[in-house]
This record gives sequence, C-alpha cells and structure tokens, in this order.
Amino acid sequence: MTFLQTYVEAFGAYILGGLSGLGRFTQFTGKVFFWGAKPPFRVRLLIEQLFFIGNKSLFIVGLTSLFSGMVFALQMYLGVSAINMDSIVGPIVAISLAKELAPVFAGLVVAGRCGSAMAAQIGSMKVTEQLDALEVMGINPHQYLAVPRVLGATLSMPMLCAVFMLVGNFGSWLTGVHILGIDEVMYFQKLSDFMRLGHVAEGLIKAGCFGFLIGLIGSYHGFEVSGGAEGVGRGTNLAVVWGMVTVLVSDYFISSFLTKIL
Amino acid sequence: MTDAIIFKNVTKRYGTATVLNNLSFSIKEGKITTILGFSGAGKSTLMKHILGLTIPTEGQITSLGVNMNDLDELGLREFRRNFGMVFQYAALFDNLTAYENVAFPLREFTKLKDAKIREKVDDLLEAVELVPESWHRLPSELSGGMRKRVGLARALALEPRVMLYDEPTSGLDPISTQVVCDLIVDTAKRNADKKLTSLIISHDVRASLRISDFIMFLERGSIVEYCTVEEFRESNNPTIRRFLEL
Repeated sequence: MTFLQTYVEAFGAYILGGLSGLGRFTQFTGKVFFWGAKPPFRVRLLIEQLFFIGNKSLFIVGLTSLFSGMVFALQMYLGVSAINMDSIVGPIVAISLAKELAPVFAGLVVAGRCGSAMAAQIGSMKVTEQLDALEVMGINPHQYLAVPRVLGATLSMPMLCAVFMLVGNFGSWLTGVHILGIDEVMYFQKLSDFMRLGHVAEGLIKAGCFGFLIGLIGSYHGFEVSGGAEGVGRGTNLAVVWGMVTVLVSDYFISSFLTKIL
Repeated sequence: MTDAIIFKNVTKRYGTATVLNNLSFSIKEGKITTILGFSGAGKSTLMKHILGLTIPTEGQITSLGVNMNDLDELGLREFRRNFGMVFQYAALFDNLTAYENVAFPLREFTKLKDAKIREKVDDLLEAVELVPESWHRLPSELSGGMRKRVGLARALALEPRVMLYDEPTSGLDPISTQVVCDLIVDTAKRNADKKLTSLIISHDVRASLRISDFIMFLERGSIVEYCTVEEFRESNNPTIRRFLEL
C-alpha cells in the first residue's frame, strides 16, 4: 500500500507541477502580449534580435538546407527512378520543402541556436539581479527582454524559412540535374506544373508561428531560472528541449488548420 | 525632520510564515538609516515593500508622501524612479560598458541629447572616483569595488530622492569597504540640499555604525531596536549585544 501510495503521490505531484508550469507559461504569454502593446516600443532592441536570430542563423540554416535538399532529392530519385518518374523529383522535393521541411528544420535550428541563447541570457541576468535592477528603474523586464525576442523570432523565422526553401531547392537541382542526370527542362517543367504559391505561403505562416513559440519558450525558461549557474544550465536545456518538441507537435495542428484554409 | 517612508502596522505573510510582523516605523528624510539583522530577519522583504515590488498582507506604506496602496502597476513603475538602488553585486548589465551602464537610465527616461548625456555620465563617474581607464570596460573586467562605484553612479543618474543600498560592503576587502562607506557618506553629503535619504541593508555592523545616523535591528520580522547609532552602541538588548560583539 505504501509503495503504491508513493507512486500515486509522485504521479500526482508530477501532474500538478505540469499544470502549474502551464499556468505560469500562460501568464507569461499574457504579459508578453500586454507589455508588447504598450509604449515605449524599443525598435533598436528588435533590430538587435532580428540581427541575432535572422542574420546570425543564416549560415547554419543555409548549410542545413543545402544538404537537406540534396539528400532528399537523392532518396526521391532512388524511389521514383524505378518507375521512370525521375522528372518529378523536383516538385516532390520543392513541395516537401515548402510545406514541411523548411519551416520545421529552420524551427529546429532556431530553437537549438536562439531559444537556448535567449534562456541563457535572460537566466544569467536573473541570477545576477539584472532583472531586479530593471524593475527598480521602473522598466518592465518582460517588455524590455521578452517582447523584442518573441517579436524578433516571429519575424525572422519566415525569412529564414524562405532562405531554407531557396537553398534546399538549389541543392535538389544540383543533385537531381548535375549528379543524377535528370533532364533539366523536365525538372523545371514539372516544378512549375505542381508547385503552388499556397505551398510556400503555408510554410512561411508555419515558420512565423514556430518563431513565436520558440521566442516565448526561450524567454519563459530564462525568466523561470533560479538557483545560480546550475539553474541557468537547466533553463537553457529546457528551452531547447521544449522548443524543439513544440515545433514538432504544433506542426501537426498548424498544418491541419492551414490545409483547410489555403 | 520629516519622514520619507512610513510603515503603519505592516505585516507580510507567505503562506503560514510571517516574514514581517506588524511593523510601524518611519525613515527620516535626508538621513542615513541602516537596517541590520541576521539572515532571514526580513531585511530584503522590507526593502521590496519600500520599492513596491511586494504588497503587504496587512498595513499601509506611505513613501515620499504617497500611499503605495493607491498606486497601480504603471503608477508604481513611475514612482520607483524616485529611488536609486545599489545591489549587493552591483547588478550591472553585463553587455554594456561601465559608461553605458550609467548612461542607460538617462537614455531610457530622459530626452537629453547625446552630448548632455556624455557630460552627465562623465560627472557621475568622476563623482564616484572611477578611474577614466575603466570607463569603457565591461563589468566582467572590473573589480568588485569598481562595480559598486559604477552601480552607485547608475543609481544616482536620475537624481533619486531615496538611495537604497543592499549589502554595499558584502564581498569587499577592508580597503574597498572603507572606500564604499566613504562614497555613501559623500553621496549623502553632496545631495544634502536635495535631502537625499539613504537606506542601507547590511550585516556589516562596524561599517554601519561608522556611516549611519539611525540603526534599525530586525529579528524574525520584528523590530528589536530602532534608534540613533549612539543609543544602539549602548543598547542592553542581549541579541544586539551579541551582534555587536561579532
């Protein structure tokens, strides 16, 4: 009985902890919206975040997208060449990139690179009383730190996603046409036959949603840090894990919604 | 002598724990008051109440003539600009140089032109006697004493009416402790015409006795003694005698 009771209690505490965390996250989201709508609007901080999340992620996003496009083209070719359909490699890769691969992969890269940095920056500011210093000066830390990060990630992600699509398709073309020998005219002909603007729009909207979630999660875990350097490490870890999991989980729900309206 | 801060029957409870127990006192304007006490006595909670970062469970706080219960979130943020605070470890923004840290509140809250801000920051950093070679260094490149000076300059930038010092001598060597104590006294003297009120939270009994006008001793959320430094030295309270002998 005691053994069972211990496990039931531990399970209950786990559920309650999760619900309490969800409540705090909801409150945090509310604060970001509330303070985001209030002046002053610190454009300089937003530009700094756009530079950090967007510009500084370009290389890693470019590299990831090039090889993703190349390997996807290779795998598709191996599959469809058996039924003499190798010319549809281009549109398959392009549509996959636009609808799924570009927003999700760019999201994972940004969650890993920027979500962790957001949690670490805000978390280390918290443990060294810099957030208290902002409060005492009469500056809301959510407005000063979280709002530019969330907005920066939301605006940067569609741009990174567009770069991902472009470079990924370049990789696909490179592998398909120049390495595997698919006819270039057919490649582009099929591409224009099957590709729609809606596919690209779906990817870009999704990327914006992922950016918003990554910015929120990264900032939230920074604000939740407690207990010194170890706490900062834990917060950073949680920001990456939850950022990536949220991208993958929310992908299904956002896709279900977007396919109905686009 | 007018009162800068008045606590009237202030109690703060967290769950079943009473952190501040029915406190009633006033802090004199233009004077240096130190709140002494062992760890967990409620000193930091008291400071948070003064800044409006925490709301009392019961009672009323009047600060600079304003009933803090009447202020909403935005009103409190405006109101906090009357306070300057020097944190235990200075709490400088680590991505900004010493100079930029001091300029930060001026850029955020004033419409001063860059030239005027530069002039003001120069004056502040000179007043806290920070050597000019350190002005453009990051906080990580400064010693503990230097960081405290920058923290003091930043706190003074908006010409506050009340200066709060949280453990100002904690973690400093005896010479730096002396320098920081002198800076606190000099700051109070320099701003005597503006009736700058200084409130210090500390464990450092020797430094507190040297620089304060009044001393409040807190124990488990209650005031054990609140008197002038001379009276404090003569106190017969066994807890205070024990604290003085440390």
